[in-house]
Amino acid sequence: MQQPHDKKTLISSGKMSRRNLLAGAAAASFVLVQTASGKAFQAALTASELADDPTKVPGVPPGVLGTRSPFEKPVKTPSDTSSRTPLQDLHGIITPSDLHYERHHGGVPAIDPSKHELVIHGMVDKPMVFSLADLKRFPSVSRIAFLECSGNYRGAGDGKIRPQEICGLTSQSEWTGVALSTLFREVGVSPKATWFLAEGGDAAVMTRSVPVHKGWEDAIIAYAQNGEAIRPEQGYPVRLFLPGWEGNANVKWLRRIELADAPFMTREETSKYTEAVGGGKIRQFSFTMDARSIITYPSYPAKVEKGWIEIRGIAWSGRGKVTRVEVSTDAGKTWQNAALQEPVLDKAIVAFRYLWNWDGSSTEIMSRAVDETGYVQPFLKQLLAARGGNMGYHFNPVTAWYLQGDGQVLFKAT
Amino acid sequence: MQGNTTKIIGSMVVFAMLSAMNPKVSQQRPDPLLADTLSQPGHFGFGRPATEAEIAALDIDVRPDGKGLPKGEGNATEGKAIYALKCAGCHGATGTEGPNDRLVVGDTTQGRARRIKAIGNYWPYATTVFDYIRRAMPFNQPGSLTDREVYSLTAYLLHANGLWDEKAGLNAKNLPKIKMPARDKFVPDDRKGGAEIR
Repeated sequence: MQQPHDKKTLISSGKMSRRNLLAGAAAASFVLVQTASGKAFQAALTASELADDPTKVPGVPPGVLGTRSPFEKPVKTPSDTSSRTPLQDLHGIITPSDLHYERHHGGVPAIDPSKHELVIHGMVDKPMVFSLADLKRFPSVSRIAFLECSGNYRGAGDGKIRPQEICGLTSQSEWTGVALSTLFREVGVSPKATWFLAEGGDAAVMTRSVPVHKGWEDAIIAYAQNGEAIRPEQGYPVRLFLPGWEGNANVKWLRRIELADAPFMTREETSKYTEAVGGGKIRQFSFTMDARSIITYPSYPAKVEKGWIEIRGIAWSGRGKVTRVEVSTDAGKTWQNAALQEPVLDKAIVAFRYLWNWDGSSTEIMSRAVDETGYVQPFLKQLLAARGGNMGYHFNPVTAWYLQGDGQVLFKAT
Repeated sequence: MQGNTTKIIGSMVVFAMLSAMNPKVSQQRPDPLLADTLSQPGHFGFGRPATEAEIAALDIDVRPDGKGLPKGEGNATEGKAIYALKCAGCHGATGTEGPNDRLVVGDTTQGRARRIKAIGNYWPYATTVFDYIRRAMPFNQPGSLTDREVYSLTAYLLHANGLWDEKAGLNAKNLPKIKMPARDKFVPDDRKGGAEIR
């Protein structure tokens, strides 16, 4: 149906193909929607449209784009400035690209990739302009790593809050692009340059100052996410990706990099992404995301039954690998090691699981991540004590879930 | 759900204290990609040289030392009129009411004083005010203001925070010299992994 050349060949050979049979039968039994691109898909099936026995009716033919089952409806929760990943609905470690969290400061810009350029200038030997095509000619690098907004903690007094609200500004993708170090060599970055300004081509023309050493270490000028071009919400056609560092510094829609010998003190790194830490001090340039974990099952609004429960969750650290995730099923009195599902990657989300036989009595379950620096994910009260009673950015407390005797699961602050 | 959700972000306590801002930056160049790149040429020759004109057209940032500030000047009186027309809708009649970011410290004795992050009590550099207004404001017409309008708005907001004279002309020379009250509160990140919670 959507492959006319294929079809023509089959007809000329005088045979009826399985493909055509399927197409014809499917058209009769399913609601097919024809789009401009000739795409046919199962649009919002209702119970009456479902075949009584799918083994007795040919299904729909292959399509030009895959679709989510109409029975699966994971969605982000948008606000005016961000949109949160439904962590409680996901499995494994890769966030589907259309469910990756969003945070932007002037909306998602519409950019023609053929007109988009990246300028690198300032303390360099040769100020250069790179088109998207130029960037793709350089040797490429890929890595799976998490991205997290540093303003990523919420609680709720009544406990009715999902992982999506608590820390849904965390997602993970495979990012592909050119190593920034490759471009640094290409333009000849001065050894005296210590900071660079990264500037986006959005309506906020958003800027952050980034230490040059991160550029030499592992920064990526990324043009792909999970195997395809980066989505507009993630910076299409090209973004800065800084493994393990707070989301805001990973400037999207990147149009300019300027090398300098001091930070630029932009609005985001002074009045916004800074946190009071007690004694009247405000911490600045706190780039690295500390280790964190959350149990995503069971979690609000799930209801569970007594008996075997596989406690599942995710853990990550911006300082390296997660070495251990501990789970407590008795409100923090005792802790057991959870199984870490391979792969366990540097600065990446790892999935953990812990098999538990619940006797049905009310209790609290919680997880804490430990990373390769020996950092142990703290409780809320430890963070408050360390920061003079202040909350704010870089808040990564242990999340506890209260299991009521009736199986209701509710958030509980730690 | 939304009504029961407590959004916890950016609350803070402000006390006077002295601490020099001194971002420490490693100069080293560890290169985990070395194995990949050993055989790479020093230069690939991709891309093209940037001309001075095209850099100048993009290079709009203003630094704390004033580098990047344009010629000309503005004043708080003119800024007040522009503010009423183009800014008050989002930031409130006097810069304290919202609904969007509070720009003026105003009365700190009421309500959630710990959460006030206004220009006068939180922003460490006056140059940032100019840079941000010029690049991103007004929200519905970003980049539409003239340099004079940006100087005037900056002068008005600094004046409203008690940091600039109402009549004085604000320009590239005197803007970077304004000492912001919050300057010495900022300290570089001291977290470094390991057992300590910071």
